[in-house]
Amino acid sequence: MTNLTELNLNQALSGLKAGNFTSTELTQSYLKSIEAQNTSLNAYLVVTADKALEMAKASDARRASGNVGALEGIPLGIKDLFCTKGVRTTAASKILGDFAPEYESTVTSQLWRDGAVMLGKLNLDEFAMGSSNETSAFGSVVNPWKRKSSKVPLTPGGSSGGSAAAVAAHMCLGATATDTGGSIRQPAAFTGTVGIKPTYGRCSRYGIVAFASSLDQAGPIARNVTDSAILLQSMMGHDPKDSTSLNVAVPDLVAAMAKGVKGMRIGIPKEYRVDGMPAEIEKLWQQGIAWLKDAGAEIVDISLPHTKYALPAYYIVAPAEASSNLARYDGMRFGARVEGVDLTDTYEKTRAQGFGEEVKRRILIGTYVLSAGYYDAYYLRAQKVRARILEDFTNAWGKCDAILTPTAPSAAFGLGEKSDDPIKMYLNDVFTVTANLAGLPAISIPAALDVDGLPLGLQIIGKAMDEETIYSVAAVMEQAANFSTRPA
Amino acid sequence: MTETSVPAYTAFKTARPDQWIKTTTGDWEIIVGMEVHAQVSAKSKLFSGASAAYGGDPNSHVAMVDAGMPGMLPVINKFVVEQAVKTGLGLGAKINLWSRFDRKNYFYPDLPQGYQISQYLYPIVGEGVLDVESEDGSIIGVGIERIHLEQDAGKSIHDLDPNSTYVDLNRSGCALMEIVSKPDIRSADEAANYFKNLRALVRYLETCDGNMDEGSMRADVNVSVRRPGGALGTRCEIKNVNSTKFVAMAVNYEARRQIEILEDGGTIDQETRLFDVKTGQTRTMRSKEDAHDYRYFPDPDLLPLVLDEAWVENIRANLPELPSAMKARFQSQYGLTAYDAAVLTSDKEFAVFYEEVAKGRDAKIANSWMTVELFGWLNKNNVELSQSPISASKLGALVGLITDGTINGKIAKDVFAKMIETGDEAGVIVEREGLKQTTDTGAIEASIDALMATNPEKVAEAREKPKMLGWWVGQVMKATGGKANPAIVNEILKGKLGVE
Repeated sequence: MTNLTELNLNQALSGLKAGNFTSTELTQSYLKSIEAQNTSLNAYLVVTADKALEMAKASDARRASGNVGALEGIPLGIKDLFCTKGVRTTAASKILGDFAPEYESTVTSQLWRDGAVMLGKLNLDEFAMGSSNETSAFGSVVNPWKRKSSKVPLTPGGSSGGSAAAVAAHMCLGATATDTGGSIRQPAAFTGTVGIKPTYGRCSRYGIVAFASSLDQAGPIARNVTDSAILLQSMMGHDPKDSTSLNVAVPDLVAAMAKGVKGMRIGIPKEYRVDGMPAEIEKLWQQGIAWLKDAGAEIVDISLPHTKYALPAYYIVAPAEASSNLARYDGMRFGARVEGVDLTDTYEKTRAQGFGEEVKRRILIGTYVLSAGYYDAYYLRAQKVRARILEDFTNAWGKCDAILTPTAPSAAFGLGEKSDDPIKMYLNDVFTVTANLAGLPAISIPAALDVDGLPLGLQIIGKAMDEETIYSVAAVMEQAANFSTRPA
Repeated sequence: MTETSVPAYTAFKTARPDQWIKTTTGDWEIIVGMEVHAQVSAKSKLFSGASAAYGGDPNSHVAMVDAGMPGMLPVINKFVVEQAVKTGLGLGAKINLWSRFDRKNYFYPDLPQGYQISQYLYPIVGEGVLDVESEDGSIIGVGIERIHLEQDAGKSIHDLDPNSTYVDLNRSGCALMEIVSKPDIRSADEAANYFKNLRALVRYLETCDGNMDEGSMRADVNVSVRRPGGALGTRCEIKNVNSTKFVAMAVNYEARRQIEILEDGGTIDQETRLFDVKTGQTRTMRSKEDAHDYRYFPDPDLLPLVLDEAWVENIRANLPELPSAMKARFQSQYGLTAYDAAVLTSDKEFAVFYEEVAKGRDAKIANSWMTVELFGWLNKNNVELSQSPISASKLGALVGLITDGTINGKIAKDVFAKMIETGDEAGVIVEREGLKQTTDTGAIEASIDALMATNPEKVAEAREKPKMLGWWVGQVMKATGGKANPAIVNEILKGKLGVE
């Protein structure tokens, strides 16, 4: 038998269906793959091998009895921001200590409902705050990709770096991830994988450790567009336990992939040509445009005039919400606690020692922008910018059906390269934050390799609740790009 | 954005001169505004399915969201929203079809989320009015500024252990209505009556049980003083006053404290104060400098609360009868005085009890038996009406026996005492003890004749002084064991003695 980890998710489903192998065998292959690679890549924080084999065995039994779910027997990795009942959940922070929730997130419970198997919990930036996975309290994830002729360890991107690295290195068939300002799409671009952030409200936030509630959205990272569609299909759906969950029907995403782009209008926003963007990225973008044109799409120049305000607005709104969301980590009811001489001292010591530098920086920024006297100048103004950005997109939809942009302004960079300059790090999100601020669905698909042999991604942004169009475009581009390279 | 949830003093009504506090330096006027926290009557909490019942073992009524667990999200309780709307409608207030929940951020161990979800800028209920009786008997309208919904915090218990504080989260997340008045109150009595009427109203509406012992209703009382009609003074807020009596005491004490300071040439510091029920005094809790910066911002976990107008109108159409309407009805339907009607409708429980007692019987007799006899006994024995040993139907039956002439009022008092003692029905007691009123004119005449025969001098006296009739009635009643019908006795006596 060939190595089962060579099969993608869709192929594995066929193989399981045909009885070529069992979920137990498939799961064992992945556990072996994790064992072989995790020491060097640090993608998994916790490997739940026993639980995985137990779930696989149960899946095999269900299949034998003819009770087969949409993800029956498929081993997945779970970003450690999703609460998993009885399994330690860290958000890659020391402050959660050995916290093991009594409850399961809605998204993961839907995956288990559909027959998936949990391999373990994946590393991330602490509380999903970061673009390189370097803020994890448990060490950086290493990108399985290396530059040609260089052994320098590279970042897998962030915050869903563990998810992206695990998918790229075949340490799972797919992974859950979350995206607050690009945390699914940028790591996908850096690792040659497919990552989608659906419309805000498509996936329930119930049981996902909150970073910035009005921006956080779950989505999958997968090896290809089909796998992505299958996973997202299972993750979406209305949840009465999340007041911001969309109560709308879940579309058939795999079917949408076959629709093609003939006659579709694709918008190219001029504001996404930022200063200092490498020529390679511009070239890649032009290549993407050409592929879509060849497939019969109409290319339209559009303007999203408030784009330049998106990143500053994001870095006000997200920390503001985070400063409040993270107040509950006070050492009182769960997680780590450092005793002080009195209550205030206990709070201060617990939070000073429990949170990492980047998280503290954002709590400080967030606290500041919400303070009396500063609220109007920062938070309120950022919310106004947010409304303008949404308006930009609404205007654009008069001219086009989807928007094509690069995913990130560069390929994966070296670990440590930007970690001493937060502003440089924040610039990674320049193309991705707009979709979060506007609540729109956006996907990143691998499109080409740069001169160093590193993957580059293109982003397709769609209308609210129109993931179908995104998958139609993504399928066409995937075929044209024919991206099949694997990390060495 | 304004800084405080306390509305700016906008109403500048001057108090009546009889309400002024007169000192050697001149007259002072008291200005009061109140924020009443009323726990919404509901089975579950504002944003979770956990029980909102009072009591229970510590931390036994706690959902994951009430404990601030990671990834847990609030989901609004529709019934609580309905209760807030109902309360607003009861106050004739504007219902805001669009309102929003904000986060009020601060750290404390009994606040698990690190923030309280509250409606800061856009409350669910806007301006309304509550009628309140002033000390001269006139009715003043106290403006309602707003009502907003918010989460209660848990309870910190400091006295179980010298070195630790324990936290009980049973109350954490329970729904509170904060009912904010305008600064329209001008005396301690008005403040107390406002609190009393508000309590009566929410109890009529069944939107809050008004149980002060369980903390279901507590008032933050804002007090300032000024020269009548002059510039407004600095206010102090007295927190968590939990009875009508204490509200009056707190206002009186605080107003005099402030006047004393001002008359000594001092200034009032804006601060939060505590009312000490033992001493009747207020003392500093925290000064303005210690005030938190709560960093309010819209709660991103919740969508704005949008109400359907038809839904609100349906609640309005189904509102129960309110105290003011019921009072008017009691006056017209039962022929009661305004005072009696006010007493009976001051509490829904009283009104419901009365209507059962009075049903098909003499309404005035029912009133006096309830408010004089029953309330008298309850007060003397410190028993709540809800714990009354005589139920409304039993008291009604007694009133029925009086109304239909089976027993007279004097006998009824004995029966009443025996009812309390034995718990038996009035009819059973009357039957058992043979207390039925004698309406047999022959028997009454016979006993009168016998009395007249043995007391000839009194017969003559009565003919001189008709006031003597009372002595005769008493004698006849005594001779008949109190069972004679007093009206018949009167009638026959008049004839026989020849008095008018």
